[in-house]
Amino acid sequence: MNSYAKNAIRFVLLLLLQVFIVNNIRIGGYINPYVYVLFVLLLPFSIPGWLLLILGFGMGLAVDLFMATPGLHAGATLLLAFMRPAVIRLVSGAQSPDTDESPGISDKGKRWFITYSFTLILLHHTVLFFLEAFSFARFTDTILRISLSTLFTELIILLIVFFITKPKK
Amino acid sequence: MRNLFRFFLKQNFVLLFMLLGALSIWLLTKSHTYHRAAIVNTTSNFTGGILAFGASIGDYFRLKETSNQLAEQNARLQEKLYFYEHLNDSLLIELVDSVGFEYIPARVVSNTVHLRNNYIIINKGSKHGIEKEMGLVSPSGIAGIVIGVSENYATALSILHTHARLSIKFSKNNQLANLVWHGKDFKKGIVEDIPTHLSPAPGDTLVTSGHSFIFPEGIMVGTVLEYFEQEGRGLNEASIQFSTDFNKLKYVYVVNNRNQNEIEALLKLNVYE
Repeated sequence: MNSYAKNAIRFVLLLLLQVFIVNNIRIGGYINPYVYVLFVLLLPFSIPGWLLLILGFGMGLAVDLFMATPGLHAGATLLLAFMRPAVIRLVSGAQSPDTDESPGISDKGKRWFITYSFTLILLHHTVLFFLEAFSFARFTDTILRISLSTLFTELIILLIVFFITKPKK
Repeated sequence: MRNLFRFFLKQNFVLLFMLLGALSIWLLTKSHTYHRAAIVNTTSNFTGGILAFGASIGDYFRLKETSNQLAEQNARLQEKLYFYEHLNDSLLIELVDSVGFEYIPARVVSNTVHLRNNYIIINKGSKHGIEKEMGLVSPSGIAGIVIGVSENYATALSILHTHARLSIKFSKNNQLANLVWHGKDFKKGIVEDIPTHLSPAPGDTLVTSGHSFIFPEGIMVGTVLEYFEQEGRGLNEASIQFSTDFNKLKYVYVVNNRNQNEIEALLKLNVYE
């Protein structure tokens, strides 16, 4: 399967997963995981910058359409896409990858992927929840939402990634 | 030359980011002035249709609960009907008053309770006579206000929205106050602007005041949980338990005030004279 088809399918599946299943998870009113960001996390290393931004924005906007929150997820996911190259450079050290591969655990290792995904998810959720509150009022409440939701998003994303990664022979 | 080219590519990345970022902020601020109904565009028939499909799957798992809810409401309505049937003529004026409202049943296709600003999407739209600024009530109480309409679907601002503000009154003494939601617990709301000479007790019921013309008077809102006295302020607050369980919202009624346009025209007239 080529990269385009693979990513298109991921886009649709993650959108449906978010809208129909994850959005219905309500634990204590604080935990709202946003697993759709996995789409942007898994785009190939070699993707051109402009396409990365447009796809990030597009994914967020698609979620916004279903949640009646225009601009909210689009903005946060756009920032995630914008920061992705910098975070990849940061966690990869000297030899930044520039291949058609997707960031994953098979070649990069668990530790690499967890650092990479956690940094970007935390960034995304921080922006998202502050944009949602649209103020710094009830600061501790927002912080609590960010930290709990980040942990749950990371957990679900890791489960998905472990599930879709083929074991090495 | 190669470096220059690279430089522009890099700047393009930043420029495109700023452009799309500005677009997001613009969309976001537009949606915050909620009664201007920027959200209309997002209540498209396409997403509405997909959400309705998803909701239809979930329906089967809640059939028993839903039928119980409707049966309870039926019982309450029977009681009311009995009351009106045995009404004497002198009280008929009240009945005529309440006829100004029309109820359009609808099904919730999407609803959230865990966000700061929650929206309810229903499966009735302009085709069914739904318009902006109509109220949304559940079988057990208030639910939201319609802010965007497409042909077959409508988006409503949930009472669980930080911009939602509703005029309500204590049913025991008709004293007015305002209902707001602070964005934490979907079961609890806050009543503001309670005059100090009132001391509401836990369990007191609150109903809509009818002053907003969106909801008829006397729709159940909730019961008082706790009363907070604030030193040095003229108005106090209380926390209340909503009578509507927003987490289970499935069937709702859109309330159409047939006289709303007339009342609004009258209010405008008074302002200009």
